[in-house]
Amino acid sequence: MSSPAPVEKLTKKQLKADKPTWCPGCGDFSVLASFFNIVQKLEIPHEKIVCVSGIGCSSRFPYFVNAHGIHFIHGRALPLATGISLSRPDLHVFVFGGDGDGYSIGGNHLTHAARKNVNLSYVVMDNQVYGLTKNQTSPTTPVGRVSKTDPRGAIDRPVNPMAQLVASGATFIARTHTTQIKHMNEMFERAILHPGFAVVETLSECSMFFPGAFDAGNPRKGGRFDVVDESARNMESTAEAMTLAEETEEDFPGKFGVYYETKRPTKNELEHAWVDDARAKVAGISDQDLMYQRFDAMR
Amino acid sequence: MGMQVSIISMANSTASPVPDTLKNAVIRLAGYSQDGIQSVGGFLAQLAGSTAKEVMTYMTIPATISGGASIFQVHLGSGEVLHPGDDADMLVAFYQDSYDAHLASLRDGGVCFYDSDQVDEIKEERGIRHIGVPFTSATIEALGGSAKNRGKNIFVLGLLCAVYELDREKMSGIIAKKFGGKSEGVLRNAMLAFDAGYAWPVTSIAHMPMAPGESKGKKRISADGNTMIALGLIAGGCRYGAAYPITPWTSIMEILRSEFPKYGGSFIQCEDELAAVCMAIGMSYSGHLAVTGSSGPGLALKSEALGYASMAELPLVVVNVQRGGPSTGLPTSVEQSDLMQAIYGSHGDAPRVVLAPRSVKDCFYTALRACRIAREYSTPVIILSDQSIATRIEAFTQPDLEKWWEEPVLDTAERDEDFKPYPLDKLTRHSPPGSPSKAGKYPVVTGLEHDEWGHPSGNPQNHAAMTAKRREKLVQLSHSLPPPSFHGDTDGDLLFVGWGSTYGPVKEATERLRQKGHKVGCMHIRNIHPLRAGLGDIFGRYRHVLVPEMNDSGVYGYGQLATLLRAKLCDPRIQSLNKVEGLGFRVVELVDEAEKILAV
Repeated sequence: MSSPAPVEKLTKKQLKADKPTWCPGCGDFSVLASFFNIVQKLEIPHEKIVCVSGIGCSSRFPYFVNAHGIHFIHGRALPLATGISLSRPDLHVFVFGGDGDGYSIGGNHLTHAARKNVNLSYVVMDNQVYGLTKNQTSPTTPVGRVSKTDPRGAIDRPVNPMAQLVASGATFIARTHTTQIKHMNEMFERAILHPGFAVVETLSECSMFFPGAFDAGNPRKGGRFDVVDESARNMESTAEAMTLAEETEEDFPGKFGVYYETKRPTKNELEHAWVDDARAKVAGISDQDLMYQRFDAMR
Repeated sequence: MGMQVSIISMANSTASPVPDTLKNAVIRLAGYSQDGIQSVGGFLAQLAGSTAKEVMTYMTIPATISGGASIFQVHLGSGEVLHPGDDADMLVAFYQDSYDAHLASLRDGGVCFYDSDQVDEIKEERGIRHIGVPFTSATIEALGGSAKNRGKNIFVLGLLCAVYELDREKMSGIIAKKFGGKSEGVLRNAMLAFDAGYAWPVTSIAHMPMAPGESKGKKRISADGNTMIALGLIAGGCRYGAAYPITPWTSIMEILRSEFPKYGGSFIQCEDELAAVCMAIGMSYSGHLAVTGSSGPGLALKSEALGYASMAELPLVVVNVQRGGPSTGLPTSVEQSDLMQAIYGSHGDAPRVVLAPRSVKDCFYTALRACRIAREYSTPVIILSDQSIATRIEAFTQPDLEKWWEEPVLDTAERDEDFKPYPLDKLTRHSPPGSPSKAGKYPVVTGLEHDEWGHPSGNPQNHAAMTAKRREKLVQLSHSLPPPSFHGDTDGDLLFVGWGSTYGPVKEATERLRQKGHKVGCMHIRNIHPLRAGLGDIFGRYRHVLVPEMNDSGVYGYGQLATLLRAKLCDPRIQSLNKVEGLGFRVVELVDEAEKILAV
């Protein structure tokens, strides 16, 4: 399982793959740049990086990273990534996707990956619109916004991802904005270093179909970028995190930064502890003899 | 009842009023599921297995949480036992309604033991010998008056051991093994009930000793099909998997959840069927061949991800333990109606391999082969079992693990400069994450149509070439498959073509028809998709080809396998015999249909 540390730091050139197919001005470019930065900084061995995604504009991510990657089906990146993470503890598993992939078609998996506390990092590029299919309402589209599937304006209350993540038991929950590079870098780095299920909800503007959606969170466009004051908070309080989530919903753009952070045994640790225990009990018996013993009990 | 089949072959009954020994006995236990009828059947089956007798069981379980009418049928034999038995030689009825519902399943002149505390009305008919034994009160008495309706199953087990002169010592040992782990009181009560049943004075009939089985000289085990699939997967080198519970698949995941860790792996219970197949694909992508499984409705939910595995060319083993459908259907009954779903159920052209075990023993080897094929061809492989094989118990020689064992290998060796994830000129061999790349270029595994390097490509020629690549590996496999098993006449009047759990009844029917002077053969197809190349030549040697299947004849009049065979071979002699009652074929039904065809 052990692999030699890379001789030298990965260069951006080594990490770049296909030219991104995103539209000019798309927020996802910044996420890619930020990801390259952090992977370089943390000196993750090149072959140990795995990029996982579902379907959507942001889910094209793996093609743009020169690393092992898997572009999967819509909404199921998390269970797939769970399979990778649990069976290969030596890998660094990164999941990328959008709001439709993560909060709509894959919503159930978000809840369960979070409660299981699977060891992986998940970046949701939330643009509040379906971009790949050209402007339909998404699960985070604000009420009243006109789209091709809501010609009279969206009528369904949008999901509150932060509240859902808190309720589901995710152990690292952060929120950032692609226009705030430094902050985004910091959130990604902390997410990667967090042992367990770490999510960074990343507001990433769709320049084509929902331009200006997040100007309210960009000081250069006259908005405000307020960051949670962690020193004044109990970071392990779900009640405080839930209050933040509600405030964000009521007064967009709300707060950025880490909403919640705690340590809980990961699914990986719990499963591996069982395996270690089971292996210890049968130590000295070959796998074949173990099955022969099972046959003996079937007579 | 019509024809009486000589399942019970007593030694010349006119010469001697008391039979010497029985070669076969079909015992049907009828009661409620909470009475522990299944465990009695299981004990009998295990005993038969350990005394070199053949055995096959059949049971119905109600789909209710607890309780409901339940039966367990055991066919014990000193020779080959191929099916659970058409008509019972003995009925053990625990209640009036179980008596009423199952008396018809008893052959003419059969024996009926009934609980005289529960059954009041007896129908004297067809020479059936009734013997009332107060199972309930006798058990309570044996256990010292505190039994509360428990233990009468073990009392009955003792009774049956005495009547059939089965090995009392071995049976005591099996009971001790079963209850030994529980409290001392439980084991003591079980032994008290067993001894009371064994000592019960049954004077109205003579004992019917079972002939000793021919010693097979090898180590024999008895198990159900789901257990053998689970063990076959382990022997096939599968160490990881994920699933969601659904009847009758569930017991496989229960076993794997406990067994995989002992072999260094993990089996994960997921939030739903979709997560399960996706998680398993993630494990396979990681370089560990993984398994997921389900029953019909769950396989439908997995369809999209199966299409992905086919497109991305990832190895995966998928078990589908079929039950009656569609929808929730008959969750605890047998049917073979998922064949088309298994072969074609997805979107787009998504080739995959489908294998079907024909017996409990075969479950082990099928699972192992599924692992080998999945790895070698980097493809999803579906194991199409069914409720009947899943739950019934058979006795057989244990697999030789020297011959049947695959050590799992995680191949993260450095890939060469010229590595391509999807080469057009050879089989795909993925480079799992963690594998360094000499060229410094890492692959993306994808469900988008892709070129040889895994880049998305909508190029028309490329899509055609890649579709052919995915198809051709199955064509290649079809030439390397072993021929289907064959029995009976190699040419003549009629060929049965069976698949899955119909194997026993079809083989038995073939024998009976041959004894009647017909020239009949039977072929059993275990490689459902792709079919082995060249099957048509065999069909041509018979006047008729009959395909019995437990699925509907459909709008066009043919069962699911028959439809495929007709499409592939364009042979108008291929006819269907369909049954959709949630029950397996009786031998007599197959014989009758064949004779009807042969009479024309």
